[in-house]
Amino acid sequence: MSKQITVPFGPQHPVLPEPLHLDLVLEDETVVDVVPTIGYVHRGLEKLVEKREYTEYVFIAERICGICSFIHSQTYVQGIEQIMGLEIPERAQYLRTIWGEYSRLHSHLLWLGLFADGMGFESVFMNAWRLREHILDDLEATTGGRVILGVCKVGGVRKDITPEKLDEMLRGLKAMERELQDLTNVFLHDNSVSHRLKGLGVLKKEDAYQLGAVGPTARGSGLAIDIRSTGYGAFDRINFRPVVEQDGDCYARCAVRARELFTSIDIIEQCIKKIPDGPVDMKVTGAPDGEYFSRTEQPRGEVIHYIKGNGKKNLVRHRVRTPTFTNIPPLVTLLKGVELADVPVVVLTIDPCIGCAER
Amino acid sequence: MMAAQTITQIAVGEVVAKAEQAQRDGYRLVQIGCTKIGDDFEIIYVYDKDFVLLNYRITVKQDTVVPSISGAYFGAFVYENEIHDLYGITVSGINIDFKGTFYRTAIKHPFSVTITKEGDA
Repeated sequence: MSKQITVPFGPQHPVLPEPLHLDLVLEDETVVDVVPTIGYVHRGLEKLVEKREYTEYVFIAERICGICSFIHSQTYVQGIEQIMGLEIPERAQYLRTIWGEYSRLHSHLLWLGLFADGMGFESVFMNAWRLREHILDDLEATTGGRVILGVCKVGGVRKDITPEKLDEMLRGLKAMERELQDLTNVFLHDNSVSHRLKGLGVLKKEDAYQLGAVGPTARGSGLAIDIRSTGYGAFDRINFRPVVEQDGDCYARCAVRARELFTSIDIIEQCIKKIPDGPVDMKVTGAPDGEYFSRTEQPRGEVIHYIKGNGKKNLVRHRVRTPTFTNIPPLVTLLKGVELADVPVVVLTIDPCIGCAER
Repeated sequence: MMAAQTITQIAVGEVVAKAEQAQRDGYRLVQIGCTKIGDDFEIIYVYDKDFVLLNYRITVKQDTVVPSISGAYFGAFVYENEIHDLYGITVSGINIDFKGTFYRTAIKHPFSVTITKEGDA
């Protein structure tokens, strides 16, 4: 047996925009064990339910993450509404679904750019982020915010989108779809990308399930775990099938995200065609008394907001389990056996959002 | 409205057996979370199979030693270390035990105290 050495990876690393530390135990150049460490930027946001009323807290929930911010606020208010037995207007459910899928497009394009940059594929990086700007422009035009949207509230949403703007958004997305097809084709059919990613960092289907993998990390290993299948928001009125790849390697995880770009556009198109007229919010009185596990599908996978109230304005507990948090054990497993030089690429294929995990 | 959810109260001594049973029955571990209720702490174990949740709750004091379920679910270590670091509850037998260094907080066990709206601990 070769002599083992431990190489620290992160929390500061050129290809790692998030403060994750890994102690990589190596034999020669091969990783044989991994010990992960987070906690460098733990904010304790959940603790603020003791100081902020449940209606105000939605602004904090949205700030858990700077990428999937909207879906955090959606998950939070969905849990509150469930406890309080509120049936929000149908139009609000469609609007939440549209903004949620725009968030997924924005996040996946952000990831594609970062991942391509990490591999040295600069043209894909620049084009992915160029296309992402269109998504952010639409978010800004419809909500006033590019990252923190601030439109979700208990009982519905704060803003409506005019039919003319919805048509314009749809035309923009259809035009972007052609460009996305070119971009993802170039990326996924590039020989260097395939050579680098296929067979690398394999997570078997049974391991993914047992280790609690979610999102594209799970779906890249053949697991059809997608909380959108439960029908929250308007998903019970949308034709939708989770994107699943079978190989469990880095390439499969990338392919899932690439294909999900088109799924999101299709979902938005269906929403725009089906969205009914009507109000976008309702009057809410009282305070939540009960507990609920609210689940949605973020770009990185299933997120859970556990909400417990006792009939007072301040919640007893708000606990968030983010997808990256539960994807850490699978990451530990899929890194074993890879070469040191491949570690950054493998880590980026789970699209870690440590800021989210350190809520 | 989404499906109703139930949480089953169990004893501390049943935690590992219930986890092993859930594992045998094909459930995945979704999360373990802790809530401070007065002087007590509620720990809820959440499992999922085909999008249906299976929830178990134990109620413990801060000095209760809770057994780890990392033998049944390898990934439980992230939740169990978190509960230890934020609430000060000891979890015995964790497969990867950070011994209090998983979260580097300025205040030790910050979630073990309740802050009132005025800011008094």
